[in-house]
Amino acid sequence: MIEVSHLSRFYGNHRAVDDVSFTIASNTIVGFLGLNGAGKTTTLKVIAGLLPPSAGTVRVDGEDLADAPESFRKRIGFLPETPPLYREQTVSEFLRFVGRLRGMSSSAVEARLPTVIQRCQLHGREDWVIDQLSHGYRKRVGIAQAIIHQPKLVILDEPISGLDPVQIVEMRKVIRGLGQECTVLVSSHILSEIEQTCDRILVLQRGKLVFVGTGEELRGRKSGATILSLTVSGTREAARAALDDQPGVKVLDVQDAGDGRLDLRLELAEDNREAVVDLLVRSSLGLRRLEEEGDELEDIFVALTKSASATGGAR
Amino acid sequence: MNAVLLLAGRELRTYFNTTWGWIVLASVLLFDGLFFNVFGLTERPRYSAEVLEDFFFYTSGTVMIGGLFLTMRLLAEERQTGTLVLLESAPISAAQVVAGKFLGAWGFMLVILACTSYMPALIFVNGKVSMAQVAVGYLGVALASGTTIAIGTFASALARNQLLAVVLGGAFTLVIVICWFLSRFTEAPLSDVLAYVALWDKHFQPFMRGRLNTENLVYFGSVSFAFLLAATRALQARRWQ
Repeated sequence: MIEVSHLSRFYGNHRAVDDVSFTIASNTIVGFLGLNGAGKTTTLKVIAGLLPPSAGTVRVDGEDLADAPESFRKRIGFLPETPPLYREQTVSEFLRFVGRLRGMSSSAVEARLPTVIQRCQLHGREDWVIDQLSHGYRKRVGIAQAIIHQPKLVILDEPISGLDPVQIVEMRKVIRGLGQECTVLVSSHILSEIEQTCDRILVLQRGKLVFVGTGEELRGRKSGATILSLTVSGTREAARAALDDQPGVKVLDVQDAGDGRLDLRLELAEDNREAVVDLLVRSSLGLRRLEEEGDELEDIFVALTKSASATGGAR
Repeated sequence: MNAVLLLAGRELRTYFNTTWGWIVLASVLLFDGLFFNVFGLTERPRYSAEVLEDFFFYTSGTVMIGGLFLTMRLLAEERQTGTLVLLESAPISAAQVVAGKFLGAWGFMLVILACTSYMPALIFVNGKVSMAQVAVGYLGVALASGTTIAIGTFASALARNQLLAVVLGGAFTLVIVICWFLSRFTEAPLSDVLAYVALWDKHFQPFMRGRLNTENLVYFGSVSFAFLLAATRALQARRWQ
């Protein structure tokens, strides 16, 4: 169990993290989401024991970070955005060194190494010099160094940044696999990635926690208005005549799409799209396409962070 | 202690596995050999003890400069490449990190010193030298290089990059070395203090002549310790203990 309580961190007068509190159950994968500069990395560094908090506490299985930072670090594995690797070493040499550095005996490191290699999908790369590995494999070695000592909590800061699509898919598998043996905190500014990998999502904006929940719950927080995008066959005048002055319907945009067709964007006060379709058909405007805009998770995330910025308040 | 030895071992291996270590080793041996050949092996008849004294004189300079170039990468490079976080997130203290780094660099310097031993051996074959002078001279050179490496470790802990680290380390060392010069233009008690602080003039020269005394041992030990302590504090300032 990870417990973060009323955590704040200042850089001079700048409040990078502002009274953040949350708990994470064991063996869950939690996504830490926020725009650039939201305070994600600072929060992660405090939880990893690399930065002292200005206020608040961090506990892992009841042990307070402030009481014993050194022994606390044995319970944490940390991968920063740029993997910290000694590139002149081979993968196995490096992992042995890190394991010993984190207090493991030589025999314990040897016993653990095959599991880590398998977990991070580094088969066949054990004897490669790290400098010769691709970016994706280096990220995996970075994860391997974070889990070699069997920590309770693994913190991954932007693990998919700079990876190609194939590497992203493989990285997802690696991260999901980690959830079987420890709690994982993954930061990213790409919501779709977090949603596919994580059990829970935390959204940080300007140092404040503005959302805690699942991806489904985040979808449920979309704004009240429904935006429809339509393609109809007919004239601009006919469309205006049918839709203007209709209660609860606002025409946002009308564009000629060629071949006598129009692209429309409508804002509905309520989601009564059946009535809109009925209105269009009765007005002899042939409906060729209709879809709802603005229900993409990214849009909800942007709206959420914007509203948090405007109000300056936390959820 | 295990973590200190682990870090020291890694540092030592890194010097042997990277071009930089070999460049420093080759440069120290090259300049030391050149100085020995030009100034030591002259046509003029000289006592072997004088030649040996000269050898330690040149060697102290080359290893002190070499030591600064060895230490520039210790912490500054880790900071530049982002690997310092590995050490900061490990359950080890800043003092262990500094001690491990220092021992690794000093260990490599002792290897370089061992490689210079063919020069005293030449004097030994062609003349008559006291083994005590050889041993005490090498002890002095090892201590002087250790102190320079401690100063360089401190500079490397402060600096953002390796170039700045070597410049800072060089500046600190120069100030301590030229204290003897400054002491000549000041009055007591300041001149006494400056003369005592002088790293090379007062405290190293007796070693060259084979004279060993506790005061000089304490001096090199305490200056090295002070700079290693400062390096530890500099590292702690960047990381939560």
